[in-house]
Amino acid sequence: MPVHRDEIERHFRSEYGRCVATLVRFFGDIDIAEEAVQDAFVVAVSRWPAAGVPPNPGAWITTTARNRAIDQLRREATRHGRHAQAALLYQRDDPPEPVGPLKDDRLRLIFTCCHPALARTAQVALTLRLLGGLETPQIARAFLVPETTMAQRIVRAKKKIKAAGIPYRVPGDAELPDRLGAVLAVIYLVFNEGHTASSGDSLIRLNLCDEAIRLARVLAELMPDEPEVLGLLALLLLTHSRTSARTAPGQPLVLLPDQDRSRWDRALIEEGQDLVRRCLRRNQPGLYQIQAAIAAVHSDAPTADQTDWRQILALYDQLVAFAPTPVVVLNRAVAVAEVNGPAAGLEAIEGLDLDSYYLFHAARADLLARLRRYKQAAQAYDAALALTANPAERDFLARRKQAVTGTPGPHPGKSAPSR
Amino acid sequence: MKQYLLSVHLIEGEPLPSDEETQQMFKDVGVVNDEMQAGGAWVFAGGLHPPATATVVRISDGEVVTTDGPFAETKEQLGGFWVIKAADLDEALAWAAKATTACRAPVEVRPFQDDAD
Repeated sequence: MPVHRDEIERHFRSEYGRCVATLVRFFGDIDIAEEAVQDAFVVAVSRWPAAGVPPNPGAWITTTARNRAIDQLRREATRHGRHAQAALLYQRDDPPEPVGPLKDDRLRLIFTCCHPALARTAQVALTLRLLGGLETPQIARAFLVPETTMAQRIVRAKKKIKAAGIPYRVPGDAELPDRLGAVLAVIYLVFNEGHTASSGDSLIRLNLCDEAIRLARVLAELMPDEPEVLGLLALLLLTHSRTSARTAPGQPLVLLPDQDRSRWDRALIEEGQDLVRRCLRRNQPGLYQIQAAIAAVHSDAPTADQTDWRQILALYDQLVAFAPTPVVVLNRAVAVAEVNGPAAGLEAIEGLDLDSYYLFHAARADLLARLRRYKQAAQAYDAALALTANPAERDFLARRKQAVTGTPGPHPGKSAPSR
Repeated sequence: MKQYLLSVHLIEGEPLPSDEETQQMFKDVGVVNDEMQAGGAWVFAGGLHPPATATVVRISDGEVVTTDGPFAETKEQLGGFWVIKAADLDEALAWAAKATTACRAPVEVRPFQDDAD
């Protein structure tokens, strides 16, 4: 059966992180590792169509890439007299390291990519490039930055890793919580970028949500004993399960209470809930686990009215204890309003320093509308509208405002005072 | 082993520490210096007089021109530095953490160019 280029690309894409990670350990250099995999791709394109896909494509790619890079470095060594490097290589080359079923080096690579000495934007770009196997132009398009900007960002980060001596290893126990936090934050940021875009003009953007979930799965596979890693994966799966219900014909953004729950992805929900239960058994709560638990409670409710808000409020209380940020307090207030009424919710967000955050005004407007303070509600919707440029969010807020000012428009479920 | 410059940044206009605090700071820095020497990381270190004592020498149209310093008219100035040896950035950052605690000022870590660069 002939092997198509598409299929070869798929194999390389899915093995990229693992192969590059192994080659970085072998050569101690990211650029050499990446070029070697690129060379192996050229070899695969010429051989696989006739010979077929090798039984273990990952091992084939790593071995081929490694041999090509060694040949290349030997040639360079004779040309430029880089004897030191060559000698080092010959030494490592003999005896050859096993490159079959590989010891997984991806974990080291993740920690190098997300090292705190690199800016967050660089961490994200490097992680998607080296572990996700994405091309630089794809990453640039996904983050809506010019290709040259993204290319420069990646080149600079790789230069810094080399020049500053950012190590290629999993941090020790003392540093691990902090360093793992950066890795989780990078994956979560990738997901959120995709999630926000999915309500807007998403077609030109790569599916960053899938990419983040893929990375979270790799991390969960490599660090199965870290509850926050499982918590993050659960949170992503549960959030992603609602993606197709977030839009409806003529409505670019549908929020949780108004979503058609039959469109939620049951398989993702089950997997996410299973992970949440595993986390609960460990009883070492953390930010991602609690947020995942909140998402799990939502996904348990067959209708919005059947949501167990008391449990959600209890989880938010726990979350506030971990991270008393204004945004968390704001989200908790939504649960407060459901349990104790909109007046209590409004009281809970009084004085929050979130004037420049559109969701603060949107939530406030919603609570005011439920208290039939329509004039103030309309003002708050205006404040929210002034703070977002996302067309889907603007459309949503405009509909809500229309509903409270009495002008024609669909009646939003949530602003009705009775639940 | 790589070499790193740990530079101590002082912000002009910040209130000066009391004599007592200054004495304690010198003591703390001394402890870090001893630790660096014992751990084999120490290469060289020193504290500098304030920027007002600086003089700048440069070539202008082929002539050597000497002017009152400092060179950069910024609020942040170099107050002192360490040059250390470390296996990698994490090791250097661990020393920097001790250094900034002892000298109570931000510390910038920069790698020296080596032969391979």
